[in-house]
Amino acid sequence: MEVFDIFLLEAVVNGILLGGLLALLSLGLNLIFGVIDVVWICYAEVIMIGMYAVYALHVQLGWPLVAAMAAGVAMVAAFGALMHQFVIRPVLSAEPINQLLVTGGMLFFLQAAATLAFGIEFKNLGVKLPPIALGEMSFSLPRIIAFVVALAGVAATYLFLTRSYLGTAIRAISQDRQIMPLMGVDANRIFVVTSALGGALAGLGACLLVLQYDIHPAIGLSFGPITFLICVLGGLGNMLGGLVAAFIFAQFISVGGFFFHIEWGYVIAFAFFIVVMFWRPQGILGGK
Amino acid sequence: MSRVLPWAGLALLLALPLSGIGNYPLHLVIMCLLWSYVYTSWSIMGRLGLVSFGHGAFLGIGAYAVVMLWNHFGVSPWLGALAGIALSVLVALVIGFPCFRFKIVGHYFALVTLALSEVTRLIIVALRDQTGGSLGATPNTALAQGATGSLAAVQFSSKIVWFYAIVAFWLAALWVWQRVDRSMTRLALEAISQEEDAAASIGINVTKSKLFVTLVSAVMTSVGGVLYAQYQLYVNPETVSGIGISLQMVFGVIAGGMYVMLGPTVGAVFTLLLAEGLRLALGEHFKQFPALDLAIYGMLLVLFIIYMPKGILGAALEAWRRRKAGRAPG
Repeated sequence: MEVFDIFLLEAVVNGILLGGLLALLSLGLNLIFGVIDVVWICYAEVIMIGMYAVYALHVQLGWPLVAAMAAGVAMVAAFGALMHQFVIRPVLSAEPINQLLVTGGMLFFLQAAATLAFGIEFKNLGVKLPPIALGEMSFSLPRIIAFVVALAGVAATYLFLTRSYLGTAIRAISQDRQIMPLMGVDANRIFVVTSALGGALAGLGACLLVLQYDIHPAIGLSFGPITFLICVLGGLGNMLGGLVAAFIFAQFISVGGFFFHIEWGYVIAFAFFIVVMFWRPQGILGGK
Repeated sequence: MSRVLPWAGLALLLALPLSGIGNYPLHLVIMCLLWSYVYTSWSIMGRLGLVSFGHGAFLGIGAYAVVMLWNHFGVSPWLGALAGIALSVLVALVIGFPCFRFKIVGHYFALVTLALSEVTRLIIVALRDQTGGSLGATPNTALAQGATGSLAAVQFSSKIVWFYAIVAFWLAALWVWQRVDRSMTRLALEAISQEEDAAASIGINVTKSKLFVTLVSAVMTSVGGVLYAQYQLYVNPETVSGIGISLQMVFGVIAGGMYVMLGPTVGAVFTLLLAEGLRLALGEHFKQFPALDLAIYGMLLVLFIIYMPKGILGAALEAWRRRKAGRAPG
């Protein structure tokens, strides 16, 4: 019984670590939705592109890991801005379903492009960091790094949005998309900046994921749906809600995966999600 | 003239297998009709503002219910189909009721249903001891040596049988589409999709109307899963459930035209011909570029939605109508 509790505690701690990462992954999606009112269904695939970028620069071109990661974040940020300019902007005034669908089309395209460029084999950086032992429990170092960096990323985004002029403009436009342009704010510029910021967060997430997991073209599907659920559960566009939801979901996945198979962790998380939808459809922290 | 045309087209279609068409072309026609049936089933709710990204769940439930019950318990696919339908109804109610009752619409609804389709795939994979996991499953054959078909096991080696069966389902789906199109429910739902509170205030039961079309659409889609499993005699979690197939349904319908009866059919034919055409055009190189067709497909969909949001048939009909209106005197 004693041993059992230790392992359960380990799963709980791992869940907390995973929660930080999920919070970062859903933050970018949430930010873009809150400001532009478009959900990027392909957000997880944008993260995947970032993972491949780091892999290509570090392993194929032999860049130092830190430089590859910095370049990866910059590339995905640029990709986010381009994606807004060429894919989202033309459909901004179209029906919401069409906005969802163009990003869905991008999902297919990015997956296929990654398959064409890198094949379907699993790739990894070949970086092995030693696990950290704490009493009888052991934790993987990449997970701890991911947790710390992810929370730092979330905090930096929060500070940017609340303390900087540009961040204030972004928050203002998310509150009223019609009025702000009348006040002399160039809405499209704000949208491009937001998309680039969302892209940069995806790039940061990619750097943290690539330390822990193998890369393959379908990897986006393994955490994409979870980030959607986190955003909806937290209340779409509500970043604090997303943060809380990320930690709740991570516990379900980690502890659920501890008792059963990992897929069941996701299934239990989804069942929980449905139950919460009956109870608080506007999200756990959404106001009504 | 325009009254005769559809019947003449149908007569030609029905005569197709008698023309001595080869096995592979006939297979393509059957797949076109099967996906036309599924896409039409999706569009019954999609066109009324209930954009489900989760119909892969119903397709998967139908397909796996028949195969699993047949393989593990020897239950006839006729009963298996009923079980699949019952399970689909249950899932549609469990997801649909809270969504509609609490006005989860638009983006929220799309994301919730998207997650549903992925969870269905995960459950199929997680039950790998029973379902074969990602490797898929093949229904045990019921055909003894030399036999060509078994009605009890719904297995037929002749493609012609499947052709007529699936034409019948496709026509039935078009009929349902038209019935819903001409019903009060449609008017109610159009009012709802415009302004939900206003619709409720004039006495429309919002939740009930939405649940009704959702159940119709879910049941038809899970029957599509049954047809797919029995015709292909192979099911795989990737091809009958999950995000890929769910998005593909939505895209097919959008590409063809969501608001016209034959739009989903045109979309199904278009997407299938596109894949086949690319395969032929690339020829030998096709195997070297495993995802090239998917890349072009994704790009085309993005372009379609930006430049032709009404779909092929929708845009064509509009252009034709405008020409006619231009010619009319006065």
